[in-house]
Amino acid sequence: MPRTKRVKRKEIFALGNEAVAEGALLAGCSFYAGYPITPSSEIMEIMAQRLPSIKQGCFVQMEDEIGGLGAVIGASLAGRKAMTATSGPGISLMQEHIGYGCITETPLVIVNVMRGGPSTGLPTSPAQGDVQQARWGTHGDHSIIVLSASNVQECLNMTIEAFNLAEKYRTPVILLLDEITAHTREKIEIPNPDEYEVFNRIVPTMPPEWYKPYEETVRGVPPMPAIGSGYRFHVTGLTHDVNGFPTSRSDEVRELNERLFRKIDQFLHDVQIVEEISTEDVDVAVIAYGCVARSAELAVKQARDVGVKAGLLKLSTLFPYPRKATEKVMSRAKTIIVPEMNMGQISREVKRVNNGQVSVRTINKVDGQIITPAEIFKVITRV
Amino acid sequence: MNEIQGTQLIHKYLRHNKKFPHVFCPGCGHGIVLGSLVRSIDALGLAKDDVCIVAGIGCSGRLAVYVDFNTVHTTHGRALTFATGIKMARPEMNVIVVMGDGDSMAIGGNHLIHAARRNIGVTALILNNNIYGMTGGQCSPTTPSGSFSMTSPYGQMEQSFDCVELCRAAKANYVARGSVFHVNELDKMVTEAISNPGFGVVEIMTPCFTQFGRKNKYKSPVEMFNYLKKNVISQERYNDLSESDRDGKIPSGVFVKKSEPGIEEKYYAMARQVQEGI
Ligand SMILES: Cc1ncc(C[n+]2csc(CCOP(=O)(O)OP(=O)(O)O)c2C)c(N)n1
Ligand code: SF4
Repeated sequence: MPRTKRVKRKEIFALGNEAVAEGALLAGCSFYAGYPITPSSEIMEIMAQRLPSIKQGCFVQMEDEIGGLGAVIGASLAGRKAMTATSGPGISLMQEHIGYGCITETPLVIVNVMRGGPSTGLPTSPAQGDVQQARWGTHGDHSIIVLSASNVQECLNMTIEAFNLAEKYRTPVILLLDEITAHTREKIEIPNPDEYEVFNRIVPTMPPEWYKPYEETVRGVPPMPAIGSGYRFHVTGLTHDVNGFPTSRSDEVRELNERLFRKIDQFLHDVQIVEEISTEDVDVAVIAYGCVARSAELAVKQARDVGVKAGLLKLSTLFPYPRKATEKVMSRAKTIIVPEMNMGQISREVKRVNNGQVSVRTINKVDGQIITPAEIFKVITRV
Repeated sequence: MNEIQGTQLIHKYLRHNKKFPHVFCPGCGHGIVLGSLVRSIDALGLAKDDVCIVAGIGCSGRLAVYVDFNTVHTTHGRALTFATGIKMARPEMNVIVVMGDGDSMAIGGNHLIHAARRNIGVTALILNNNIYGMTGGQCSPTTPSGSFSMTSPYGQMEQSFDCVELCRAAKANYVARGSVFHVNELDKMVTEAISNPGFGVVEIMTPCFTQFGRKNKYKSPVEMFNYLKKNVISQERYNDLSESDRDGKIPSGVFVKKSEPGIEEKYYAMARQVQEGI
């Protein structure tokens, strides 16, 4: 036992959405702009209430989601940690600006509390239909980080993580939640300040005339000064050279596009967050995320109780897809089960990694109802 | 200001590491607006670091790349939303938005209305050439009825937007209209718009010979400047004209000038009260 007295963590009884707002503030978020939409609105409401009471905290309700993400990008360029939250239709509107965030390397966090779709779909029912959209939801080939959370504590933790990754890699990070996780109320612990890391973007220290805003660095991530801090440079959604000026020279175009992928792909170990639950001696492994991972965890435990060697790989990072972790469980298991509240958006990734080696079973449900532990248990014990 | 100082001034603000030449066609009015912007910033004595130019997409949007300020070239129609984020995050910055007529009133019409309603402390320069320049001459919300464009080959049937009326109704603090022919007045308006609190709009009539002029039987860019010279008249003179004589005339001048605090000022005043527990 350590001798130093541990400061007791503060405990609160919170909704998933409240935990997101809490996590954002702990991570240093001081700017929120957005447009209300169920089931994400509580995040916005809490930020409206809390931001004015923190130093430099700022909140704007914009006229639509396009404006919301535009303002978030502007604020981030001006040096703030900024976020927005929305749901399906709002995310569709934000797509052009997600791409702008990628190419201009602007750190920001977008929370998408998924609802059933397509279109206005099922506003208050859970679904996981926006998984591939989070990965590919803007035009052009690009890299992006997509995270998820399966309980209220994770909503808080993963929001902090989302801000850290956004700042570290200068990129938009999408946090995908489902309606159940966002609207479940649970007791959670607020970590003490020394118990979690807060990463802030690296700012340039060289004289402004030496600074090249999009120059290659060891990490592939150029330092980023705030607008108004003495480093004047051009930011554009056009493909640009290391100075930030538009270019169509193929060597410069290639260099930029490749670096945008490389800066994330060479740090997969840092970006890919997964949790393994009783996978050491597994026969049947479930791969799940969000509220379904919770059902799966119980199903796995129940299966163990009846003597089936079941395990769970819980994905907190959905993209870049955790290939190594998947391969590891595949090397042990005979069967992989992927339950999802869509017609197979992550199982597509699992099958790609698997490449025909083990048997992959999917459980797909698109009726606005949760996948229950019993449904997963049934499949685990039948294979 | 004498001739030599005039040319030297633009050099003081151009980006010397940018690969020139610029993209504007000969006879385009966009360069004159850039000149006016630079003269206004210089006259106000603003430090380069304290100025942020936010531009939309279109020929007008390219203006930002040439000048040595903090510059952000955004997405089509959304420049004002980025500017809102920048201004709210850094209220001490002078945020100036440059947009085309399509940019600001078609795809970005909603943002224009709400920036005015919100009274965000930014200055919007709307470069109105009555056409979509960059995409090759399709009609815009300000293409005059009856004139021709790539997408109104039989004559424009829709009515055109009046930017001044729109921004006045949406409650902008400062609304003015000028032209690139009347440069001295334009300089005054831009200077005043930047120094006025809250949301300021200057609609700037500017010719696009390449896309509008040729399709509408103008023989040269000079002829288009002459059109501005003759038809952009003071609102006083305009008001004195009979209804029938007003046809084709464009009233100019300052239409609205209020000094309500911008939303950023109000917001941080409220935040101070919250923080002090008042
Ligand atoms: C979302 C989106 N739609 C369409 C375009 C294509 N586009 C680029 S510039 C432009 C119009 C520019 O016209 P205007 O705003 O009047 O500016 P100008 O070029 O005349 O200065 C259009 C439609 C785009 N870039 N983005
Ligand atoms: S197309 Fe028109 S607006 Fe564009 S640069 Fe040429 S003249 Fe100017």
